[in-house]
Amino acid sequence: MTRSDKIVKIVSYIVLTVLTVVMIFPFFWMVLSSLKPFREIYRPYLFPKYPTLDNYRKIMGSSLFPNWFLNSLIVALSTTFSVLFFDSLVGYTIAKYSFPGRNIIFLFILSTLMIPTEMLIIPWYVMSSRFGWIDTYWGIMFPGMITAFGIFLMKQFMETIPDDLLDAARIDGVSEFGIFWRVALPLVRPALASLAILNFIGNWNAFLWPLIVSSKPRMYTLPVGLATFSSENLMHWELIMTGATVSTIPLIIVFLIFQKQIIRGIMLSGLKG
Amino acid sequence: MKCGRDSVAPFRGETMKLRHKKIITAYLFLSVPLTFFVFVRFYPMVSAFYMSFTDWNIISPVKNFVGLSNYVRIFKDPVFRTSLLNTLKYVLYGVPSVIVLSLGLALLLNNITKGQSLYRLIYVMPYITPIVATSWVWRWMYQKPPTGIINNFLNLLGLPSRDFLMSTTEALPSIVATTVWVEIGYCVIIFLAGLQNIPKEYLEAAKVDGANRRQLLFKITIPLLNPVIVFLSVMETIMFLRIFTQVYNMTDQGSGGPLNSTLPLVLYIYQKAFKSFDMGTAAAATVVLFLMILGITVLQLKVLNRRVQY
Repeated sequence: MTRSDKIVKIVSYIVLTVLTVVMIFPFFWMVLSSLKPFREIYRPYLFPKYPTLDNYRKIMGSSLFPNWFLNSLIVALSTTFSVLFFDSLVGYTIAKYSFPGRNIIFLFILSTLMIPTEMLIIPWYVMSSRFGWIDTYWGIMFPGMITAFGIFLMKQFMETIPDDLLDAARIDGVSEFGIFWRVALPLVRPALASLAILNFIGNWNAFLWPLIVSSKPRMYTLPVGLATFSSENLMHWELIMTGATVSTIPLIIVFLIFQKQIIRGIMLSGLKG
Repeated sequence: MKCGRDSVAPFRGETMKLRHKKIITAYLFLSVPLTFFVFVRFYPMVSAFYMSFTDWNIISPVKNFVGLSNYVRIFKDPVFRTSLLNTLKYVLYGVPSVIVLSLGLALLLNNITKGQSLYRLIYVMPYITPIVATSWVWRWMYQKPPTGIINNFLNLLGLPSRDFLMSTTEALPSIVATTVWVEIGYCVIIFLAGLQNIPKEYLEAAKVDGANRRQLLFKITIPLLNPVIVFLSVMETIMFLRIFTQVYNMTDQGSGGPLNSTLPLVLYIYQKAFKSFDMGTAAAATVVLFLMILGITVLQLKVLNRRVQY
């Protein structure tokens, strides 16, 4: 390694570390602010003099945050299971069966990727109010039960499964659904993990549609709840930051556990172009 | 299968049966998902187009066909024109910043070996956290002194305080800055993957030919990375065209203020549809958004399909 290579390396480390501070500071400040009592929140120092968990007690005890937390969990988990099942079923069918109309069906599904959600929310809202889906979990979840991107992704992975393997199961008398469920699915587990985790995060963070489809505070998801709670408590930044921490921490934990799958998932989503 | 050759004839009936069974199974497997795509994606899209040609609002049951008058109306509406202009500003300020910064970061990350994945992990954290939460954290940081930490920092350096979200000129760039902070991690991951796909031989060969660091970067690395740059620019353009959550949470009462200076297209649509219940006008605005995204995507396909030889 030459001297100039070494200098480049050292400079890289310095710049990257400085930027790390910039990237991480808002989180740090969020947590510190959530630990400050009200009388300290408008004071210009970093660390609380008398750190307290009172704000967390307040949020969990006298607001709807526990409800919103539960709603988000239910919504994100249910849509993720649905997406895993249907996206891989469709991906498998298109990759492994030949039937009339296969290409047209696949193109039709892919073409829906072009439609921005914003264009669909008005008809979805009309639909939801007609069928009584406003303020229900189904109302929040139904647009995301199956995703075109996931189908595309699963089709790519299902194509790598050798046909002989599926035929062998067929000869053994396994039903067609059994072949999908017990032979194909276990072979694409890594792809399923990435799809699951990205989908969970996406639904946990979703804002626009849940904001529109829920009118009763009890039915809000965490982001919608946090947004309304914050604009109603504009003087109480310590509570706002506590709410923000509460909605962020579960994701950070999920992120740290599944970082490999998340990074791979982001890369896969980048390859779809 | 060699040994199977003789037994093809007796099995022909069986394979026909199997073929039919497979076709029926395939349609059975696709029945629920296809119904979903027709009723939750396709029909609503058609319905939005149709709505944009009617004067429907949710209160009155009548839907009159009014032709293009909704489109004429929004383009005459100064608020809509402001929102269109603001959306353009979001794209013009945001996309180059995200692309340049994340490309720079990815190039730096590519220089180092130890700790690369740790840095990448930290950079991507804002991208996976709820935008509502990060928007409020930044709104808190943008406050006036002595509560706003950024202003405190500026004062510490001897710089004057800024109004940030309170100012009609600074609010939009402030929201862009927050969004750039969110999006950098995503772009760094994609750029880094692209950089690691560049064959080492190309760089080695150029080095042997006496190319210096700058030449390597501008003559080899960046041209080879071009498809990734185009792809990410398109993704980020679409993201900024659809900006909503940040603005809703960082401006007073989700208004896109002060004085509509941060109001983007999607917030205009939201206000028209769900505050004034003017569904026809809102639908027309969503069609405008759709056409913009379609235009960008078609442009991307054109650029990426053009074979470039370096």
